[in-house]
Amino acid sequence: MNQFDLPNSEIAWCPGCGNFGILSSLKQALEELQIKPDNLVIVSGIGQAAKLPHYLKCNFFNGLHGRALPPATAIKAANPALVVIAEGGDGDMYGEGGNHFIHAIRRNPNLVNLVHNNFVYGLTKGQASPTSQIGFKTPIQVEGVFEVPFNPLATAVALGASFVARVFVGEAEQTKEVIKKALMHRGYALVDIFQPCVTFNKINTFQWFKEHTYQLGPEHDPTDRAAAFRLALEQEKFPLGIIYLNPGRVVFEDKLAAYRQDQRPLYRREVDFEKLRQFLERKK
Amino acid sequence: MDISIVLSGEAGQGIQTLENLLARLVKSAGLHVFATKEYMSRVRGGVNSTSFRIADQPVAAPLRRIDWLIELSPGRTKHLSARLSTATQIVSDLNNNVAAAGYVHGLLGLELGSGEAIIRQYFAAKGEPLIAANLAAFKAGFEKYQPAGKPKRLVADALVAERLLLNGGEAIALGALAGGCNFVAAYPMTPSTGILTFLAQQANEFELVVEQAEDEISAVNMALGAWYAGARAMVTTSGGGFDLMQEGVSLAGMLETPLVISLGQRPGPATGLPTRTGQEDLNLALYSGHGEFPRVILAPGNIAEAFALSRRAFALADQYQIPVFILSDQYLVDSCYDQPQFDLRPTSNQSYFVQTTVDYQRYKLSEDGLSPRGLPGYGPGLVGVDSDEHDEAAHITEELALRKLMMEKRLKKLAPLVDIEPELIGAADYETLIVSWGSTKEIIKEALVVSGRAKVAMLHFQQVFPLPKSSHKYLAAAKKIISIENNYSGQFAELIQRKLGVMIPDRIVKYDGLPFTVEELVERLNG
Repeated sequence: MNQFDLPNSEIAWCPGCGNFGILSSLKQALEELQIKPDNLVIVSGIGQAAKLPHYLKCNFFNGLHGRALPPATAIKAANPALVVIAEGGDGDMYGEGGNHFIHAIRRNPNLVNLVHNNFVYGLTKGQASPTSQIGFKTPIQVEGVFEVPFNPLATAVALGASFVARVFVGEAEQTKEVIKKALMHRGYALVDIFQPCVTFNKINTFQWFKEHTYQLGPEHDPTDRAAAFRLALEQEKFPLGIIYLNPGRVVFEDKLAAYRQDQRPLYRREVDFEKLRQFLERKK
Repeated sequence: MDISIVLSGEAGQGIQTLENLLARLVKSAGLHVFATKEYMSRVRGGVNSTSFRIADQPVAAPLRRIDWLIELSPGRTKHLSARLSTATQIVSDLNNNVAAAGYVHGLLGLELGSGEAIIRQYFAAKGEPLIAANLAAFKAGFEKYQPAGKPKRLVADALVAERLLLNGGEAIALGALAGGCNFVAAYPMTPSTGILTFLAQQANEFELVVEQAEDEISAVNMALGAWYAGARAMVTTSGGGFDLMQEGVSLAGMLETPLVISLGQRPGPATGLPTRTGQEDLNLALYSGHGEFPRVILAPGNIAEAFALSRRAFALADQYQIPVFILSDQYLVDSCYDQPQFDLRPTSNQSYFVQTTVDYQRYKLSEDGLSPRGLPGYGPGLVGVDSDEHDEAAHITEELALRKLMMEKRLKKLAPLVDIEPELIGAADYETLIVSWGSTKEIIKEALVVSGRAKVAMLHFQQVFPLPKSSHKYLAAAKKIISIENNYSGQFAELIQRKLGVMIPDRIVKYDGLPFTVEELVERLNG
């Protein structure tokens, strides 16, 4: 039993989908951190991964394709006491939402960005995603993908993201632990989650991910940016764990004028008509 | 009586400073003032001008006539030639903007000392050497004015001192603050950048979240996230930027999350004339976003309406959980004149959200289509919103009978929307009725008075969509209806034809990027 369980939800994922493992690890992480469902907001876009907030107890904003990060940033800014997760797939976050991904990292709001990364589009049935590997054939990329795959970790490290991690859903314990660390981290935290798509990606299977990943050892210092960048560039075997930490970053909400004097969320604020009247006096 | 003065110069010569300074000088002298500007889309060079009307009674519309043309860059005013007459006096030997202010101060017959006091005040923050230099320039300009014969003297009005002097953009921003706006997300775009800048500069004073987004798509999605979490949010943009926001308008329709959109129009298509004016985006606002859902479009006709409608937009959006537009244009946001105090009575700022209970459902079906809007973290319930068709708890559904109920629920909200009555100005026994919306209001109003025609009235719409219920009554009483719009096709006339079945074949339109002038409208109405 987990307080985030949502009985009777009809899950639209394929049997054996990596999303199940992500949902389960996420629920455990939330439970262990004693976060309350009514204080949690999960923001998602569109895609199979983005359906996740419908399958656990939480407040949710299931918006448009590619657009999880802008409303997530705004929700945190409007009420910093909420725990906010922006969640979706590789096409959603890195393709349609690519510009928001870059600028969310620059802003550094205190939220967790979970990206289910299976190198393929699921909901639209098997086209290439920004992270598809070179040579990957699909009904659209008939000759195979030739574009260089988007490297979210290298991009995030290059932008000085405050927390950058990669996990593989097959490593359930680590997935949960890293999500917990991301939730405890103050600032933007990217967790790129390798997962197989059992229906549309016959190349990057569970087995493939197992063979093409390895655990980062304790010798890696995640605050060493150059080392993090080298790890992020590894493509033969992908390192798993916390790649980069940049604890010095200013948090977006901390810089907002709205909270300089008053810590209450925006919904508790009232119009100060006296202040407005005084302002208009100066316009006389 | 009024005096029309045009100041022109290159970008970078301080025409904006001159405009602000002169407006201040004139107002302090107890004279009424109207100022509007036209400028080029560049940072240096080109030619910009500000047209002033200085009068002994309130003025709120531009003239074609120029009594004085003051050129800071002589030879660059060809585009103004149609506005010149033999009576126009052209001054070309002033070497800077403050000298020009001194010259105008002189020609208005004002005292040097009163002007100098304003100069001191205006440049106070710049330090003593700069104050001294500006005082010298002001005095030099002042002394350059040599009256030929007895100059026209305007009579000061003691009431001017109590009147507000601000532009339409500031009024929209202040109206938003009065409406409880505490979150602004935008991407800079002329002519709406001023509204964003103003709010950014007031962010500390009024405790706002102001964020310059990476693009308009982000801005509108941020605004929706902010409303969802309990803020009162606004985006501010222009046509091209708004094109990118359309997905957010549709999302607001589906989520039933309120949204306020300040859309300042400029001529298109595409980049069009970036710094000019037009009323070309009514259709864009009206049809933006895929699917069917309710919306309200408000169009301020003057600065007082800009404040009032901007304020009201937030309450309307909140109450009905819909997108509300404040449709302005470059002419309105960049024009200023003195006017009475705004109504600041704290009456209508009710909040419409509720504290949730454990069994809360965001889209509970209801008689009037409105489901109480809960906020995440306010009460023990869970608040979900979903861009897919959804059930009462906001979960994705493809149950088509439920889809039908949800559509009906959303569109039902349109029915009770409060009408802002159209305003009838002019002869109550009119035979000819002029239909207007948005920023042409004051120009038409003055043109009607000047034209002196009997049995003519104007019907001005602040709420352009949905059309107020009383519209038909006014239109049916007219023998002839003329629409006046700052666009090519008469978009509002078309809307009336389509929605009310009242034909409006007579249309006065203008689409050269400039607002109408009073004289031009008089000629076209009488012609």
